[in-house]
Amino acid sequence: MLSAVATEIPMPLAKSKVALVARPAPRVQRVMRIETPAQKTGAEASAEELMSAVAERRDRAAFVRLFELFGPRVKAYLMRQGADRASAEDLVQDVMLTVWHRAVQFDRNKATFSTWVFTIARNRRIDSLRRANRPEIDPEDPALVREPDDPADQVVDAAERSKHLHAAVAQLPVEQERLLRLAYFEDKSHSVIAEELALPLGTVKSRLRLAMTKLRAALETLE
Amino acid sequence: MTPQHHPGDDLLIAYAAGSQDEPVALVVATHLALCPRCRKEVERLEALGGVLLEEQEAEPLAEKSLEQALARLDEAAPDEPAQPSRQLARRSAEVDPVVPRPLRDYLGDGLDQLDWTAFRGLEKVELLPEFPSFRTRLMRIKSGTAMPTHTHDGSELTLVLAGGFSDESGHFVRGDVAEADPSVNHQPVADPGEDCLCLAVTDAPLRLTGPFGRLLNPFLRI
Ligand SMILES: [Zn+2]
Repeated sequence: MLSAVATEIPMPLAKSKVALVARPAPRVQRVMRIETPAQKTGAEASAEELMSAVAERRDRAAFVRLFELFGPRVKAYLMRQGADRASAEDLVQDVMLTVWHRAVQFDRNKATFSTWVFTIARNRRIDSLRRANRPEIDPEDPALVREPDDPADQVVDAAERSKHLHAAVAQLPVEQERLLRLAYFEDKSHSVIAEELALPLGTVKSRLRLAMTKLRAALETLE
Repeated sequence: MTPQHHPGDDLLIAYAAGSQDEPVALVVATHLALCPRCRKEVERLEALGGVLLEEQEAEPLAEKSLEQALARLDEAAPDEPAQPSRQLARRSAEVDPVVPRPLRDYLGDGLDQLDWTAFRGLEKVELLPEFPSFRTRLMRIKSGTAMPTHTHDGSELTLVLAGGFSDESGHFVRGDVAEADPSVNHQPVADPGEDCLCLAVTDAPLRLTGPFGRLLNPFLRI
């Protein structure tokens, strides 16, 4: 079923011309330093820089590094979602080959590399493990409602946002953090999660809401 | 005006995580097309997904994994639609000003060509029959019409596409999402002036509770 790989490329939500114009992708100087992907010391290139090398120069060494960094995490993600070892391996291949083929679509102003890979792996999983479509908006659809000051158009620094989120997740009360991870990594409805934790569904929902309120507050300083 | 009634955080989280069944995801995604605020929220939630993925413990790959991938880099990219929502397009790519994607893609040739079933002031079309534990319906309610009072064994999500309606929990117009859980016993009334078109998903059959509930039940089955 490899032909299905790229049918599930996520589009960044409401990808906006405004954002693209407002902030051209910065030129990355450190890219040249990644020619030896095995190097683990010193100032290692960020995943976004590696991705630029893949997009701009079809840099295989950069791809190898991304594969080593993210392949095992994507595999773990897929296995937690119910894939057996063999299909998780196959799906990792699909996901990483999608990264390679779709490299020019990656927009570091909209998302970090890990976010992009997350959405690719998520969609690939829905397609392959759930055998379902994922309904998504079409940013080009004339029926899409925009505001003159579309909040989805505001430019955020994706790397900065990711840093704030890491810190904010670490500060969540443990039961909220645990719940968030369950919600993202186990392919289960919130009512099933509630049942398994022996909690009322309302408690699960309110904990998720509380967690989101805190994460939002952490991001507010940014946006 | 952009929507005033949004899906709850739990629905947006489940959408970003990809843990929702397709009927529910369809309501959320169609709301996103009408709601810049929630598009922004989902973008943040996907960023959170990336953060959690980074923190995810690694599962070692099979020995030949990288080698296999490298061997395949020169293969042509598989044929793929420009956008995943296109994949959903079952029959038509026409643009409809009332019905945005992705819902548009589930309706084939357009609203007027659908197989509407009429009953009193209400017309409906069943969608996504392949998800039998949900009832996914497009409904058109005549302006000014009250629907029978009903309650739910499960939850009901309603997205307004045109016109509007009111019930005990508020007034809902285009883009708004109404969430009703089993405790809500409500009687939506369509606004006067324009028929109310909405997408409704219930995850369990409704129970009619009004005085005529039992009488209407076998026919109406909304
Ligand atoms: Zn909204």
